[in-house]
Amino acid sequence: MNKDLISSLRPAFVMTLLFAALLGIAYPLALTGIGQALFPTQANGSLVRESGRVIGSTIVGQAFVSERYFNTRPSAAGEGYDGLASSGSNLGPASRALATRVKDDVARLSGTSPGQPVPADLVTTSASGLDPHISPEAAFFQVDRVARVRGLDPAAVRRLVDRNVERPLMGFLGEPRVNVFKLNRRLDAFGAKPAA
Amino acid sequence: MTFQGWLLIAAFAGILLLLCKPMGQWLFALYEGRRTPLHRLLGPVETGFYRLSGIDPNEEQGWRRYAVHMLIFNAALALFTYAILRLQGVLPLNPLGYDGTSADLAFNTTISFTANTNWQSYGGESTMSNLSQMLGLTIHNFLSAATGIALAFALFRGFARRELKTIGNFWADMTRVTLYLLLPLCIAIAIFYIASGVPQTLAASVDVTTLEGAKQTLALGPVASQEAIKLLGTNGGGFFNVNSAHPFENPTALTNLVQMLSIFAIGVGLTWTFGKAVGNTRQGWAILAAMMTLFLAGAAITYWQEAAGNPVLHDLGAMGGNMEGKEVRFGIAQSALFAVVTTAASCGAVNAMHDSFTAIGGLIPLFNMQLGEVVIGGVGAGIYGFLLFAILAIFVAGLMVGRTPEYVGKKIEAREVKLAVLAIAVLPLVILGFTAIASVTGAGLAGPLNKGPHGFSEILYAFTSAVANNGSAFAGLSANTPFYNGMLGAAMWVGRFFIIVPMLAIAGGLAAKKYTPATAGSFPTTGLLWTGLLIGIVLIVGGLTFLPSLALGPIADHLAMINGQLF
Repeated sequence: MNKDLISSLRPAFVMTLLFAALLGIAYPLALTGIGQALFPTQANGSLVRESGRVIGSTIVGQAFVSERYFNTRPSAAGEGYDGLASSGSNLGPASRALATRVKDDVARLSGTSPGQPVPADLVTTSASGLDPHISPEAAFFQVDRVARVRGLDPAAVRRLVDRNVERPLMGFLGEPRVNVFKLNRRLDAFGAKPAA
Repeated sequence: MTFQGWLLIAAFAGILLLLCKPMGQWLFALYEGRRTPLHRLLGPVETGFYRLSGIDPNEEQGWRRYAVHMLIFNAALALFTYAILRLQGVLPLNPLGYDGTSADLAFNTTISFTANTNWQSYGGESTMSNLSQMLGLTIHNFLSAATGIALAFALFRGFARRELKTIGNFWADMTRVTLYLLLPLCIAIAIFYIASGVPQTLAASVDVTTLEGAKQTLALGPVASQEAIKLLGTNGGGFFNVNSAHPFENPTALTNLVQMLSIFAIGVGLTWTFGKAVGNTRQGWAILAAMMTLFLAGAAITYWQEAAGNPVLHDLGAMGGNMEGKEVRFGIAQSALFAVVTTAASCGAVNAMHDSFTAIGGLIPLFNMQLGEVVIGGVGAGIYGFLLFAILAIFVAGLMVGRTPEYVGKKIEAREVKLAVLAIAVLPLVILGFTAIASVTGAGLAGPLNKGPHGFSEILYAFTSAVANNGSAFAGLSANTPFYNGMLGAAMWVGRFFIIVPMLAIAGGLAAKKYTPATAGSFPTTGLLWTGLLIGIVLIVGGLTFLPSLALGPIADHLAMINGQLF
C-alpha cells in the first residue's frame, strides 16, 4: 500500500499541472479564439447596438413592464431580469406565496384585458428569470392594451405579432413563441410611422 | 400533453439507440488501448504527458494500486482547485473583482467538482472569476468524467480477464479517455454552441440600456467551453446560477436536444462496450433495455404531471401546464424530459427549476437519484453502479434455482455479493441519516425556502443529490452555509469514493477468477427474463428504502396540492 502511495505522487501532481494547462487554459482560450473569429456576434452575447449603446441581447430577456410595450414574464432574478443574478422563484406547488402572487397577477391582468383568459406563462416566473420569450397566446392577450395605449389599429398590431411568432423546429422541437425584445423593437419602428 | 411532446421523447430515445453502437465501439478501442485516427494528432501529447510525469502506460496495476493512484490523483486535483478558489481575488482573469471564496464554500465546491457532482452552493456569475471557472472547475469536469470511465473500464476487465491479478493502468485509461474522446467531442460541440448563441469571451459583463431606459448588466464569459463538457461528462455545474435554463447556456430547442443527448451519449455507449468486452454484445443490450425501460417510465410520468399542471393555479384562473420555473422556449415537454435525463444520469444540469415542479413531477427526479443513478447513469459511474445491481440480481436468481450464480463467465460468490451490498448500502445510509440530522437541527431547518412537506423535500433532495453525485437541487434551499457546505461536502465524498473502492475490489477479485463457461443450468443473462429481473432488483433494493421519506415529502405535497392546502 505504501509503495503504491509513494509511486503515485509524482504522476498525480505533474498530471494535475499538465492537464490544468491543457484543459483549463489551452482549451478555453483556443475556443475563445475560434469563437471570436468565426461567430463574433454570438460569442459576445448576441448584442444589439443602437447609436453606440448596447440596447439588449436578442437571446436574453429584459424587463418590459410599461403599458406601451408587450410585457415579459414575471422574473425572480434580483429585482427582475437582473443579468448578474439569474434565478427562479423556487416556490413549490402548494406554496401560499406562489398562490398569492399568481392571484394578484391574474387580477391585475384581467383588469387590463377584460374577458380574456389569462395565459399561464404571463403569471408564472421562468426558470432563469431572464426568459426572452412569451407564448403567442400571451402576446395576443396584450394586443388590445398596447394598441390602445399607442393609438394604433389593433388589427395591425395583431398582424405584427403574428409575423413575430417563431415556430418549433421540424414541427416538434421547441414551442411556438414570441421574442419580446424583437417584437417591441418592431413595435417602436412600426409606431414611428403614421398609423395605417 | 401533446403529440409533439411524445414525439420529442420518442425521437430522443431513437437517436440514443442509434448512437449506442458507434459510441460503444469508440470506447471499446480506448478500453483496449488501440490506435485511433486521432492518435496522429494527439498521440505526441499523450506520450509527452507520460514522459513528463514518469508514467509507464503499459504497467499493469492490481486493484489496490489502481485505486490508490486514482485517489491520490483526485486529491491532487482537489488541492489545486481549492487553492485557485481561495486565491481568486489575487489571481488574473477576474474582471469583476471577486474575492476569494470562503473556506467552507471552497471545500464544498472542490469536493463537488472532484466527485463529478457539481453541486453549486454559489451563483456562478456572482461568485466565480473567469479563471476559477476555466482553470479551477472546467478541468474537473473533464477529469472526474475520465476517472469515471476509467473505473468502468477497470470493472469490465475484472469480468473479461481470466486468472490475472491486474485490471489495467489508471493513468493510461484516464489520459486516453480525456484526449481521444472528451476533448475532441467537446471542441466540436462547443463550436456548435457558440454558433447557436452561447458566449465565449474573456469579457465578464456588458452594460445594457433597455428599450424602457433601465440599466441591465449581463454576465458573460467563456461559457461554451465549459458548457460542452458540463453535459458530456455528466458534471452539471453551470456557468450561471440557473444552469442550462439560462439563455446564454442553452439558447434554443436544438441546443437543448444536443445537451440532453450529450448527457446520455457516453453512458449508453458504455453498455455496448461492456457487452463487447465480455464477448457478447447482447449482454450490453439487456442492460440497456432495463435502463431504457426505467427511463421512459420516469419521463412519461413527469411529462404527464407537468402537462396536467397545478390545480392550485388552475383555481386562480391560470390554466394549462405547470409553467412556474420553466422557460417558454422549452415548454413543458423539453423541461420534463431534461429533468428526468439529468437525474437518471448523474448530471445535475437543469433547464427548469425542479423545486417548482408539481409534487409527483418532482418526485421522479428525486427517485431517479435514489436508485443510485443507474438508469444510464453518470459516465462510467452509471454502468459500474448498474453492474453492482446485476451482481445482486444474479445472486437472487441463484438463490431461486439453488446453484452458485454465474455472470458473464464468472462465478459470483460471497465476497462479490458482500462488497456489492456494501457499496449499495452507502446511499440510503448517508441520504436518510444526513436528512434526518438536518431535519431536527436548527442549522438544518434554517435552509428550506418552502414550508410544509415541500420544505422537507428540499432537504431530502439536497442530500440525495449530493450522495448520488448528481448536483441538481430543489434550489430554494439556502445551502451556502457552513452547516450545509460541510454536510453536503462530506456526503458527496462518501457517495463517490465509498462506492468506487468496493467496486474496484470486486473488479480485482473477478479478474483473478477462472472462466466458467455457461451450461444448460446457467441463468441466461441476455433475455427478457433477465431484463425484468434487473428492473425488479433496482426498484426493490434501490428504491424501497426511500418510500417512507418520499411519503413525508413529495407524496404529502401532492395531497396538499390537489386539496388546495397551502403552506
